[in-house]
Amino acid sequence: MQTFYTIAVGPLAWFAWAVFLVGSAWRIFSMASLAKNKEMAAVAYFDTAYGMRSIARWMTPFATLGWQKNPVLTFATFAFHISFILLALFAQGHAILWEYAFGMRVWALPPQVASALTIIATLSCAYFLVRRLSNSTVRFVSTPGDWLALGLATLPFITALLVRQSVGDPLLMTLLHVLSGEAVLVAIPFTRLSHALFVPFTRAYMGSEFGAVRHCPDW
Amino acid sequence: MKNSGSQPASFASEWDWEKGKKTVVASVLPKDPEAWQEELYVSPDGTHMAAVVRLEDDSFTLRVNDGQWEQSFEKAWMPRFAPDGRLTALVMEDDQWTVAVDGTPWEERFDFIWNTMFGGQSQIYASIQSDMQYGMCKEGEPWAELHDNATDFSLSPTGKNSAAVVQVVPLKQADLETFAKGAYTVAVNGTAWEQTFVNAWTPVFNCLGEEQVAAQVRLNEFEYTIAVNGTPWPTTYNCVWAPSFDPLGSAVAAPFRKGGRWGMAVDGAEFWKPTYYQCWNQQWSFDAKKLWAIVAPEYGKFTVACNNTPWNALFPVVTDLVLSPQGTRAAALASHKNEEFRVVVDGVAWNDAWDMAYPPVFSPNGQHVAALVRKKDTMTVFIDNKPVGQTFTKAWQPAFSPDSSSLLLRGVQNGALVRCVLPLNELF
Amino acid sequence: MGIAERKIEDANLLKAVAALTPDKIQQVVRSVTKGEAGARLAVYHETCMRCGMCAEACHFSLSHKGDPTYTPVGKMEQTMWRLLRTDGRVTPDEIYNMAQIAFTECNMCKRCVHFCPVGIDTGYIISLVRRICHLLGVVPMYILDTAHSHSATMNQMWVKEDEWIDSLMWQEDEARDEFPKLRIPLDKEGSDVLYSVIAPEPKFRTQLIYQAAAIMNQAGIDWTMPAGPGWDNSDMCMMTGNLEMMGRLKRAHYEMAQRLRVKRIVMGECGHAFRSVYDTGNRWLGFKDWPVPIVHSVEFFWELLTTGKIKIPQKFQKPVTIHDPCNITRGYGLMEKLREVVHMLCENVVEMTPNREHTICCCAGGGVINCGPPFKGTRVAGNKVKADVLAATGVEYVIAPCHNCHGGLEDIISHYKLGMHTKFIGDLIFELMEKPGAE
Repeated sequence: MQTFYTIAVGPLAWFAWAVFLVGSAWRIFSMASLAKNKEMAAVAYFDTAYGMRSIARWMTPFATLGWQKNPVLTFATFAFHISFILLALFAQGHAILWEYAFGMRVWALPPQVASALTIIATLSCAYFLVRRLSNSTVRFVSTPGDWLALGLATLPFITALLVRQSVGDPLLMTLLHVLSGEAVLVAIPFTRLSHALFVPFTRAYMGSEFGAVRHCPDW
Repeated sequence: MKNSGSQPASFASEWDWEKGKKTVVASVLPKDPEAWQEELYVSPDGTHMAAVVRLEDDSFTLRVNDGQWEQSFEKAWMPRFAPDGRLTALVMEDDQWTVAVDGTPWEERFDFIWNTMFGGQSQIYASIQSDMQYGMCKEGEPWAELHDNATDFSLSPTGKNSAAVVQVVPLKQADLETFAKGAYTVAVNGTAWEQTFVNAWTPVFNCLGEEQVAAQVRLNEFEYTIAVNGTPWPTTYNCVWAPSFDPLGSAVAAPFRKGGRWGMAVDGAEFWKPTYYQCWNQQWSFDAKKLWAIVAPEYGKFTVACNNTPWNALFPVVTDLVLSPQGTRAAALASHKNEEFRVVVDGVAWNDAWDMAYPPVFSPNGQHVAALVRKKDTMTVFIDNKPVGQTFTKAWQPAFSPDSSSLLLRGVQNGALVRCVLPLNELF
Repeated sequence: MGIAERKIEDANLLKAVAALTPDKIQQVVRSVTKGEAGARLAVYHETCMRCGMCAEACHFSLSHKGDPTYTPVGKMEQTMWRLLRTDGRVTPDEIYNMAQIAFTECNMCKRCVHFCPVGIDTGYIISLVRRICHLLGVVPMYILDTAHSHSATMNQMWVKEDEWIDSLMWQEDEARDEFPKLRIPLDKEGSDVLYSVIAPEPKFRTQLIYQAAAIMNQAGIDWTMPAGPGWDNSDMCMMTGNLEMMGRLKRAHYEMAQRLRVKRIVMGECGHAFRSVYDTGNRWLGFKDWPVPIVHSVEFFWELLTTGKIKIPQKFQKPVTIHDPCNITRGYGLMEKLREVVHMLCENVVEMTPNREHTICCCAGGGVINCGPPFKGTRVAGNKVKADVLAATGVEYVIAPCHNCHGGLEDIISHYKLGMHTKFIGDLIFELMEKPGAE
């Protein structure tokens, strides 16, 4: 078990990060080449200022019509993504790994806050799940890829909760948490989690078209 | 847009090329300021001006210099001077239309007439409709055969022949089936090609002035090609633009679109690879050694290419490509959003930018380029990047003398129509 | 529930799908999904999180509450997402359904843009579906006939060249009875303004040309109207997915203006035509901006009123509301100018909710009304939500500066018995303006 764990936080982690970084770079690069080759009539209208304006607006909770008309989902979405990013970067266990891998000392979240965020993220995922099953529109358009993405995104939080609540063998649970986190990393470039890579571009493009050409807010 | 190049030398050689400025009409305004006078037109040699005037409610005629046509009409519009100086207008009498030439209407009458055109030898053509049948007439004589509709009228370079896209099969309302089988073709002097097409556009004549015609045709919802005398090229394209004949033979060049980019095809074979974001208005040099076109090597950036080599300077919009008579030089207009017009000669833009510019004109020897330009309400002419020193409130295209020694300006100065002949050696 | 259960018979859709084979379909689908389309399609397909937030955006899904097949994402799911998943291996029957969705159940109004956190452009995806349908020949009969008219005559209504000029001369004659000095100058080179219209104006609504001529005349504008093809700014080819013809039409329009050396094109009160000249045709032709600027009537009227070229001695007294056409609000941001114009003309303006850029579509645009009578019921049932919005204002007059919006709103007004009337801004200006030149 200990060997497995050592591998998981050692070579496997390096591998997961490598796949994530190289895979992401390759996806973005190849998509950009495709756009340049076939869609100059869209690329030519990219506008940094309007793009950033749109990103900022949509990163503000309830600042857009879509967020306003879907309040619960908005809450869950922001709660989940904020928790995900904070925990991924600053959970205490992760801080140790940053130091272990790069020798960098990183600020860590207080354990109670981390616990709370983990619970919030898990509850958000539960809401996504319930909504995917109960909302007729979402159910109608859900594909296996959407379930896979949701499952992948949820697992690290559930396993983290299990570790913290000392359910089952702590080492096994930690191992599962590490593996699920690595699965997320590897999956980002190749599953629907790739929205993490592409949304800045789709958002900025929509912001550019609406700002510079359509002279109209896109929120 | 047609190349407006230089005027046919045969007419210009008879013009008055004596140096100096002459007042043609002391006041272009009507004597009675309340009188109805429409916009001015000026003869190619600058010796006559014309405008539609309204005598009373349903009575119109043409003012010519300080006189007017004797006869008046229920309606008169589209006054145009032919290259040989004859004044034409489209006129109506008793609900019938015809062309009046220097005040005398043709004997032939039509249910409607429009789109006056002039052949290379100053033949007068117009588009006509009689009993809901469409075609063209030449000096009053209609095509022997008229059709359900006619569009895209065109003349041969000598002006002896005319062509148009015609509808040869009647279409019922929302008649998709007949349309798909092909209801359109090209008629040359009224006689339609045997083949029909889903659509046809822009018939053009062989430069040698024979009855050989090429046109864009659409074979089905999404395949386009060029047809020559009714026979389509075996290759089809995603889109094509107007073809043009090699001036020395019968090869036909046309821009085509493939994979989202434009190239040039000759006789159905790829001539320029499709790499451009746009490619159109191609023109051959007289010796067929050079093929020029307006191209966009990058998205949103246009220029002129000669034999597939674009000029270095790129502009948001390029129009009005004009070749020197020798075909070795070219000039065009560049602009941005219909402003900041620049004259670009051989790939180099003149220093100034204007609110509007007109197609550049080459001297017959190909050494000089003149262009009519406007800034705010003032028009002037630049030659080889330098102003000629005369300004006008309204002016028309300048013209070079056949020996390339003088430049003729026509315009309104202080309310008077003047014509000005400037010897080039005094300008430089 | 689902498109298969609401199939509507259209003569050409039936005929065209009958000629299809799965191989042909797959070949054409691939030519678009793997050929013409690029990164936008790939990224939108991948990043659409199937969150369903757009269900709250669309007038179709708001009018058919609880039916996911009318939601923007539901429509993408039933069309493009399915084509991508199957690599185009679908039956002719499915193509029929997809055509019905793409041509008649989405106006490409882009209201869903305001709802999608990711920035998916549903209108673009639907336009790609239409492109595939066009390449398969599967286009509803009425709009296809209109596209054919465009290709044969360069206008939308089979108007022949003499008929066009004759209509203008007729309106000039009529108007001269009221304004003795009025002219509709044809092909007047060097004018400040070239006025262009959509073909239904000379065909059915010549009064609008009369009004425009009167306004130009009384405002003292140096203007002209074209005497040759290219005068029609409308563009059903953009709607059917016939992009090559869209490019050809726009080229004719721009070149006509360039040939006449006018300063700018001013166009009548139409939305989609503005989009095609301002935003789509230019791009297909390779222009980043536009070779000649196009000014929508709303903006032009705003100029005339704010500069005092047109004076309004007495405003319209009855309460009015304002409908924001998507193509000039979401397409060009004329929300405020439209309001300023209406307030300069009307005493009592009651805003509808939602309004401005969040306006709910008329359900006629995007070529939907042009698909003709078979699909009128789709439009009317699909826009109950707009009927409710209109009814809530309690006013009698709706100002809508767009032809298609008029058609769509009039249909819901009559179906839901709202007892309202639509007006163009040109109608109001003509009615209210000072007419010093009138006899």
